[in-house]
Amino acid sequence: MFEFLVKRLATVVPTLLLVSMLIFGLQQLLPGDPAKILAGEEQDPTVVAYLRTKLHLDEPLPLRYAYWVGGVLRGDLGESIRTQQPVLDLIVQKLPVTVELALMAFVIALAIGIPSGIVAAVGRGTAWDVAANVFALWGLSTPNFWLGILMILLFSVQLGWLPASGYVSPFEDLGANLAAMIMPAFVLGNAIAAVLMRHTRSAMLQVLGADYVRTARAKGLSERTVVLKHALRNALTPIITLGALELGTLLSGAVLTEQVFTIPGFGKLIVDSVFNRDYSVVQGVVLVTATTYIVLNLLADLAQFLVNPRLRR
Amino acid sequence: MKLDVRSLWPVLLLALAPLGVSAQTLRIGLAEDPDVLDPSLARSFVGRIVFTALCDKLFDIDEKLAIQPQLATAYEWSADSKTLTLKLRQGVTFHDGEKFDAAAVKFNIERHKTLPGSNRRGELAPVASVDVVDAATVRLNLSAPFSPLLAQLADRAGMMVSPKAAQAAGDKFGAKPICSGPFKFVERVAQDRMVFERYAQYWNKEAIHFDKVVYTPIPDATVRLANLKSGQLDFIERVASSDMEKLQTDKKLKTSRITEIGYQGITINTGKSEQAQKNPLGRDARVREAFELSIDRQGLVQVVMDNEATVGNQWVAPSNAYYAKNVPVPKRDIARAKALLKEAGVPNPSFTLVTPTTSDAQRLALVVQAMTREAGFDVKIQAAEFATSLNMADKGEFEAYVLAWSGRADPDGNLFSFHGCKQPLNYAGYCDAETDKLLNQSRSLRDPAERRRVFEQITARVLKERPIVYLYHRNWLWAYNAKLGGVRNVPDGLLRVSGLKLAP
Amino acid sequence: MAAAIAASLAIAPAPHAGPWRRAWRRLRRRRGALAGLAVVVLFVALALFAPWIAPHDPIAASWSAIRKAPSAAHWFGTDEIGRDVLSRVIWGTRASLLAGVVSVSISLLLGVPIGLAAGFLGGWVDGVISRVTDAFLACPFLILAIALAAFLGPSLTNAMIAIGVSATPIFVRLTRAQVINVKVEDFIEAARAVGNPPLRIALRHVLPNITAPVMVQATLAIAAAVIAEASLSFLGLGQQPPAPSWGSMLNTAKNFIDNAPWMAVWPGLSIFLLVLSFNLLGDGLRDALDPRQR
Repeated sequence: MFEFLVKRLATVVPTLLLVSMLIFGLQQLLPGDPAKILAGEEQDPTVVAYLRTKLHLDEPLPLRYAYWVGGVLRGDLGESIRTQQPVLDLIVQKLPVTVELALMAFVIALAIGIPSGIVAAVGRGTAWDVAANVFALWGLSTPNFWLGILMILLFSVQLGWLPASGYVSPFEDLGANLAAMIMPAFVLGNAIAAVLMRHTRSAMLQVLGADYVRTARAKGLSERTVVLKHALRNALTPIITLGALELGTLLSGAVLTEQVFTIPGFGKLIVDSVFNRDYSVVQGVVLVTATTYIVLNLLADLAQFLVNPRLRR
Repeated sequence: MKLDVRSLWPVLLLALAPLGVSAQTLRIGLAEDPDVLDPSLARSFVGRIVFTALCDKLFDIDEKLAIQPQLATAYEWSADSKTLTLKLRQGVTFHDGEKFDAAAVKFNIERHKTLPGSNRRGELAPVASVDVVDAATVRLNLSAPFSPLLAQLADRAGMMVSPKAAQAAGDKFGAKPICSGPFKFVERVAQDRMVFERYAQYWNKEAIHFDKVVYTPIPDATVRLANLKSGQLDFIERVASSDMEKLQTDKKLKTSRITEIGYQGITINTGKSEQAQKNPLGRDARVREAFELSIDRQGLVQVVMDNEATVGNQWVAPSNAYYAKNVPVPKRDIARAKALLKEAGVPNPSFTLVTPTTSDAQRLALVVQAMTREAGFDVKIQAAEFATSLNMADKGEFEAYVLAWSGRADPDGNLFSFHGCKQPLNYAGYCDAETDKLLNQSRSLRDPAERRRVFEQITARVLKERPIVYLYHRNWLWAYNAKLGGVRNVPDGLLRVSGLKLAP
Repeated sequence: MAAAIAASLAIAPAPHAGPWRRAWRRLRRRRGALAGLAVVVLFVALALFAPWIAPHDPIAASWSAIRKAPSAAHWFGTDEIGRDVLSRVIWGTRASLLAGVVSVSISLLLGVPIGLAAGFLGGWVDGVISRVTDAFLACPFLILAIALAAFLGPSLTNAMIAIGVSATPIFVRLTRAQVINVKVEDFIEAARAVGNPPLRIALRHVLPNITAPVMVQATLAIAAAVIAEASLSFLGLGQQPPAPSWGSMLNTAKNFIDNAPWMAVWPGLSIFLLVLSFNLLGDGLRDALDPRQR
């Protein structure tokens, strides 16, 4: 097991390097001169020239990449060309926001997905199955930005129950924070709910057909106990693993959801930065995202490994 | 549980509120996230809105585009127009307590000119040196007469920051700006909000009725409006033209509109690169004239902007004092357009029109495509996101480009950079020695009547070549809480916080 | 063909029908999947016969009929420059279906061979491919798609390429995992013992066995790709005017949601129905093809 861990850890650094190179390379391919974009309306040539030097834009690509890596190793992720804020500060400011959004979304996904999965499994083949499927799938079948706008129009403008946008730190005002986050979390969680539903359903179906369940039924245990105690437990075991794997989906979804609801999180930061060619911000954010994803995946793999002895071959 | 206790705080605060001074906060929704809050480095339109609360300027402009005193109370040109003497307001201090005086003005002008990366250099180029006459008088010495100077000093080039803070922070000043406006900087959460609180020692404190101002960027117009309607914001800028009609009937909100000092137009590559010669539109002025004649500007305004714009054919609106009446807005004339195309030997010219990905611009392109088809034009539309299109424009890799300009108070700001040879915003590549001469001449004259005569000549010359086909001047559309009073509609599209008051 | 596959699977074939036949029967029994299939077929028909079904020209603008509510002349109303929404929705089916199918085809064409190579060859080939795949997967999918689409330029084709390339790693990983599972099966050992060259084993023996989960993933991926196209259009990077696509129609419609809600309802509903159907179909296929289900 130790050997497995070491082997997996050894892959983390090359993967991270690859990610950073991928994003760095991709950004350089993007047409457009960041110096010109940042020079704003007036496009003063002296300013453009100054920016090009400041951002090392005229130096060869590998050298610029080396500059960046050097900076990272020193803990300096550069600064946003647009607002001059250090990227690390931006990340520290915004990461908790997206994390909170992702966690809330996951909780909502559990609340939708697991019951749907149970109903679908128990009522397999019947109309209940279809209904539960549609219920969980509808979140996956609607573009999240679309759902977001509709919800804003209904809950904020028409009913006035929830704020249309903005973010308040939970430490400042928990009530306002939850009020502002509930709609985007719902929109995001909806999409993941389907995955959880599918998983719950298939895991439960697996168990419900198994011998020991037949035994439990034969022993006279109520259907309810059978379902909830045994089958559900089997389904719930890898939930955290699933969550780790779905993080990527959550972050992708957060990109647009944060745009629509004006939540100052990672997603919004990265989209704006790509369009503004704010290279350092994009690099920094993707690096942090990738690291989180890789670490979570590593933990998930570890958990799988511990649970499933067959993989130790 | 922790949950319950924490959520009681707002209740407690509310209970305490009546005991203290009622803290009135003005919440403003912006269409974009501003860039750096340093007047020398700032480069966006939306940043100027925030500056009205943070930084006072030497002068300001009013609804009629006339120069008004702000930090400078009086000005006097010398006879040869090469020296501008300013009398400064007394008793003004910066947010850090430092005195505002002539030395501060000298420092600021020099900072605008010399700070690496400063975007104000071009604006203050003719200012050769600044003399401190006494604590309340400062003299700007110009290398050549430059009439747009006052208008420049009524914008970012005239904004004054605290010398002490600027020297200490260097180019990081924008992270914690210290200015002399009615509100001082508290915090900025990127893409979320900028918070400012009332500066108690502001020289015009009677006009300030809020304790806090919060600016929130919300790029999506629908969501921005939703925020206003739900009461989360008190004021929003750039309302979508299609929303205006319904807003008229909403009793809780007020709207206002004013013609911008900028314009919406189509820039044509007439000489920026070889591509200009390869396409009939760029090659032949007759084809461009036919293009202009096949557009129904009024129809365009109606369909694209829901009539929230004024047709125009020059870089200033027809209502502007400097509009050249000798070149009026042409009426649509398909017959003449077809005749011109026949004469030019290209009955069906084809070209690509590049447009930004905003929905207004795309609509414009679609309507232009449909309208010009009647005269025989085959317009292909290519959408390009901002960064890419800027690149294309810069390299001259385009045939025609839908481009708008936010406008400057002095017509020179809408003219010089666009039509002067090799100027940074001259994407058309138009270059004419006589025009350059006239442009420089217009800068050196101070008398408005004289300047107008020169502008008329420039207009006639430039419009004959049509490097830019000016289409219309959009309305700045604002919507705000009906209880908000004191909103001044200045054509530069910037909301001024002085004088704003929220009725109970 | 069923018999041939059954033979190569070396599983005792059922007395009457091969595994594909059985799967189809199981699929027929799942009502959700059937409904999904029916809707997909309907949309495909709409796309194919659009020129004959659509009542108006989808790009014909009309200044006098701007943002008109649904009426006899325009069943779904008109949009911001007077075009018929119903016709645009019908023609838009092409763009959305194309977006879904072409993107996933790209992912399959790239992902399956690479995954096959990684799983089958193992060793350092597997190592490199896995690291690169992991790197791609570590970037949020939409960010990759945005960056690619921005690089290639906004258009439907480029959006499809961007989505296809961004989704490739998923198929690489899936294929690789399936190949690794299948690789250790006895019949593969047998084939190797008999002396088949590796390429032959890969194509004739391994590939057919991994088709099922790949098919399922592909169906689900089509659903996700249609949504991705809509998302890219929201950011201005998808289908460009005047050609219709549901995503770009939604993008424009969101500005007029107060005064012309019909502009948004119909494309939104269409996306929802199509994507839901693909999802139901995909889920049904998974159940039907899963050998563990009885």
